[in-house]
Amino acid sequence: MVSEHRDNRGEKIPNIKLVAVQWGILLLMLALVAGLWRLQVLGAQNFRSLAEQNRIRKVPVLAPRGKLFDRDNRLIVDNYPSVSCFLVREQGHNVDADLPLIARGLNLDLDQLRATLRHYRGEPGYQPIPIKQDMTADESAFVAAHRNELPELETIDEERRLYPRDGFAAHLIGYVGEVSEDDLNNPRYATYEPGDVVGKAGVEETYDALLRGEDGARDVIVDSHGREVGYLGTQHAVPGKDLNLTIDLDVQKAAELALGPREGAVVAMDPRNGEILAMVSHPGFDPNAFAVRINRTEWSRLVTDPAHPLMNRAIQAQLAPGSTFKILMSLAGLEEGVAQDMHVFCAGGATFYGQFHACDRHHGTVDIEHAIPWSCDTFFYTLADKLGIDTIARYAHEVGLGQRTGIDLPNEATGVVPSTDWKLRNFHEKWYAGETISVGIGQGPVTVTPIQLTRMIAGIASDGHFVRPHVVDPAQLPQEFRSALYDSFPGSGAATVSMQNSTWMTITQGMAGATDPTQGGTAAASHLDGIDFAGKTGTAQIASHAAIKLMKGVDTRPTGWFVGVIPRRNPEFVVCVLFQHGDWGSNAARLATYVAAAYVDKQRRLEHNILEQAGQTKPVEVGALWSNPDGKGGFQGGHFVVDGAAVDGELQNAEAGKDASRGPKPQSDVAASMYGLKSVRENSFGQIFRVRIGGSSSLQAAESAQNSEVALATGPLKPALWPWARVLTQTLKPVPSPKPAPSLKPVRFEFTGPIQPAMIVPRREDVP
Amino acid sequence: MRRMLTFRDFDWTLLAMVLVLCTISVMEVYSATLHTRFSNFHTKQVFWIVGGLVAMFILSKVDYHKLIDWSPWAYGICLVALAAVKLVGHKALGAKRWFAFHGFQFQPSEWVKLVLVLVVARYFANLGGRNLTWREIFKALALVGVPMVLVLVEPDLGTTLIYMPVLIAGLFLGGISLRQSLILMTCAVVLIGGAWSSGKVLKPYQKARLTSFVNPDNDPKGSGYQVRQSLIAVGDGGIWGKGAEKGSQTQGYFLPIPYTDFIFAAFSEEHGFVGAILVLLLYFFILMRLIQNAQTAADLSGSLIIMGIVAVLTFQIAVNVGMVIGFMPVTGIPLPLMSYGGSSVLFTFLALGVAMNVRMRRFVN
Repeated sequence: MVSEHRDNRGEKIPNIKLVAVQWGILLLMLALVAGLWRLQVLGAQNFRSLAEQNRIRKVPVLAPRGKLFDRDNRLIVDNYPSVSCFLVREQGHNVDADLPLIARGLNLDLDQLRATLRHYRGEPGYQPIPIKQDMTADESAFVAAHRNELPELETIDEERRLYPRDGFAAHLIGYVGEVSEDDLNNPRYATYEPGDVVGKAGVEETYDALLRGEDGARDVIVDSHGREVGYLGTQHAVPGKDLNLTIDLDVQKAAELALGPREGAVVAMDPRNGEILAMVSHPGFDPNAFAVRINRTEWSRLVTDPAHPLMNRAIQAQLAPGSTFKILMSLAGLEEGVAQDMHVFCAGGATFYGQFHACDRHHGTVDIEHAIPWSCDTFFYTLADKLGIDTIARYAHEVGLGQRTGIDLPNEATGVVPSTDWKLRNFHEKWYAGETISVGIGQGPVTVTPIQLTRMIAGIASDGHFVRPHVVDPAQLPQEFRSALYDSFPGSGAATVSMQNSTWMTITQGMAGATDPTQGGTAAASHLDGIDFAGKTGTAQIASHAAIKLMKGVDTRPTGWFVGVIPRRNPEFVVCVLFQHGDWGSNAARLATYVAAAYVDKQRRLEHNILEQAGQTKPVEVGALWSNPDGKGGFQGGHFVVDGAAVDGELQNAEAGKDASRGPKPQSDVAASMYGLKSVRENSFGQIFRVRIGGSSSLQAAESAQNSEVALATGPLKPALWPWARVLTQTLKPVPSPKPAPSLKPVRFEFTGPIQPAMIVPRREDVP
Repeated sequence: MRRMLTFRDFDWTLLAMVLVLCTISVMEVYSATLHTRFSNFHTKQVFWIVGGLVAMFILSKVDYHKLIDWSPWAYGICLVALAAVKLVGHKALGAKRWFAFHGFQFQPSEWVKLVLVLVVARYFANLGGRNLTWREIFKALALVGVPMVLVLVEPDLGTTLIYMPVLIAGLFLGGISLRQSLILMTCAVVLIGGAWSSGKVLKPYQKARLTSFVNPDNDPKGSGYQVRQSLIAVGDGGIWGKGAEKGSQTQGYFLPIPYTDFIFAAFSEEHGFVGAILVLLLYFFILMRLIQNAQTAADLSGSLIIMGIVAVLTFQIAVNVGMVIGFMPVTGIPLPLMSYGGSSVLFTFLALGVAMNVRMRRFVN
């Protein structure tokens, strides 16, 4: 074989070619060295940080959202632990082929799962796609068992919202959802990131910044499959702030039940401070459906439902107020000095500017005192005509109509107060005097929201003291959040509108008459025995008679309104009911009585409530101290028995006892309230109440005449502190006043002899 | 007559440098497969190296002229094997390149390299180094072209390309003229351009791999991913490296297959610029040593054999390191003496065995 191939000895590759090859290899090597230099020496810094980004991943630690409680610390909205499943495409080998298995294991619809993935098609592969919330134990086990086959599945533990069932207080509370792209472009959401859960309505939205807390993060070292291989550190999550709503669950429950399946809204408020006690809007929705990703059919059902279940009617329904507007008309008429002397003959209506305007009854001759309880349209047509639209509008604006009340809930509506300006601006037309007539009875272009009506009536009944309604007590908010919240609602808020005493008396008296069967009031059926429940009905047509004939199949029954207060003057409770298609305001009034009764029952049940105890047959012992009416001398003291049964007993000035102490004069910052008593603080002999004998604090006349203070101590008397045993019976009598306080029940005091100086327990602020 | 050969004539310097590289390889394979299910690969690599050394010594005992005489037969067997693998081969990663054999995978295309080196050396040695005719050039093209086409349809683009330097080295050293080479290059450019745009020769993923190195960020999660992660790994190493078993790109598996094709990236991350330069220097000296052996070879066929081997090794080093630092597309060509893998290790040692063979017989006859 060797001999076969030719002998090529002596033939050589030319040396020059080999040297060329050597140089070629050298150049090649230098090129590679240059490449390494570029990466490892020049680019080291940059590539090191890229490697770190590869290696370290921030895993969010989700902050639990703040819980919501009612005013008595009863839980309304809770969180529950939940596991969610995400799909990370870049971690999978062949995600499309895995989908049927995933769908089966997680009980998902395969087509819907594919649709979800299609939706995220444009996103980068490392973006986790949420595919299943609220996994069951079986589903979690499925993911755990298929870690190797389905590396693209990831689970995350989080806390989810648990709302009351059946839409209880749903509009008030709102709901949460994933932050939308539009939100992210809004500067208000500057600190939010895609995928964050945010409040989308109600309290959840307004107080989102407080409720959400601050997510923490764990820095973990991961490999290219995203598996954790190490751990660097944790920033702990700051849980969201728990909030107490001003809602009283008992009242809210009564309001929910009262409204029931009817379409409408109920608002109950404490007019002294604007705390909303109940807010209901029906029909409602189940916010739990939003807490887990809402499915598309459910969402479109809610959005397209003609009954607008997502709308919070309490602050967003803008409807003609009907006769409830007559309260405002009365205020305007009396303050302008027009209504006092009006005597209008009502013959079932009257003709103005050539058009007949009907009243529902022949009332005969009507004055302002009867016009309110009877709700005589003819009277108010005439009054409106005399006042003119711009005067009406001025008063309406003053009491907060046509503008937001500033309630701490999103998307409040403004309502409409028509005026010549308004018509010119919106319709470029002149206002015709004839249009004013129907405005006088709350028809025509005027619209209000239930919350506006609540605030208006509350303010008028409180002698012009208007409050800003709110559902969260601002005292529990951080300072900067509070001021931001106030700044975000420019305009109305707390306001005082001065009115004449007689105006106040007349209107409140008229409202009391409306629920008084003996006066033939429009809401006589809503009379509550033993409760000073005053109010005003309203029945507002939603279309003209001619239009109703054309609207077949649409519910054209009029809107029923009722606004009621307890008691009639300086009320502590106001309730507004909107009953859509309710036919008559008296129907709304009946619903309101349920809510009012629930409130009063609740107050009577409260501990330390003197009146409740006074209602019992057994007198209740109390100890008391008071200062002299003339301001001279020190305290007087006594041991009282408060006996609610003695309703006929007269209240008289406590007879001056002997000087007990030369201590400092008590301050006159007395907070007398509904029953003339308000708990000021506790001390060693029980709960201290201070009252001004003879009336309520807002009664100026009573104040000047009776500058005494009494400190009442409820609870058991301690013999060591109250050793004197001699009992004097002393009755106290309120000074006659132009503004009697009907809510102050007569109380009989019994008290013993003077207190020895040593026995006086000093008030806390007197202790140096 | 034939003088007794002794291992005194063996190129011990070359072997020493080779063994240093093998040691580095085993260490890096160990580091790159730590905590993975491949963590026994470094021992397997040691077995391959020992096996390779044995094969190298055995092969060096057989006169290379005999190898050249047998090479046409081996060439024929190779063609049959390549055709067979297409028909009955083991399918892995979408390509049929392997025979599975008692748990070992056997990749014929690796062996074809060596046979091709011998065949080409034989062909040009027989021509005697004079100027080539076009006819002779086309015969050489056909000699290399047939196995190339067979490998290309496996499909294994990388190995196909490895055969090119064998041909080029043969033509260049075998006596092609400047004019002929220019004409050939022009034809090659036209052919490659045509093949690229026709879309029938290369599959889309092959094209993507060939282009994505230019701008890996265009496709950071697809074929650009490997390039990008490799660049990060190399750059992350800096001057001194992050230390053995401490490269985050390597240990976190961000770097794809860090024990085979991307072993140089893994090594560069853990041992830095300094380590990488050391490895490149070793390669440089090994290649220079081989060329020196080619100069001193007893005859033209010996020189051509060694230069064929030099061509293959240089090409593989350039393409692999170039790929790792982003100069070259991702082609799946292993780094000789560094990458894990039996076929690659055995080929390299057999090639070195042939080179030793030539050197040992430089004074023969």
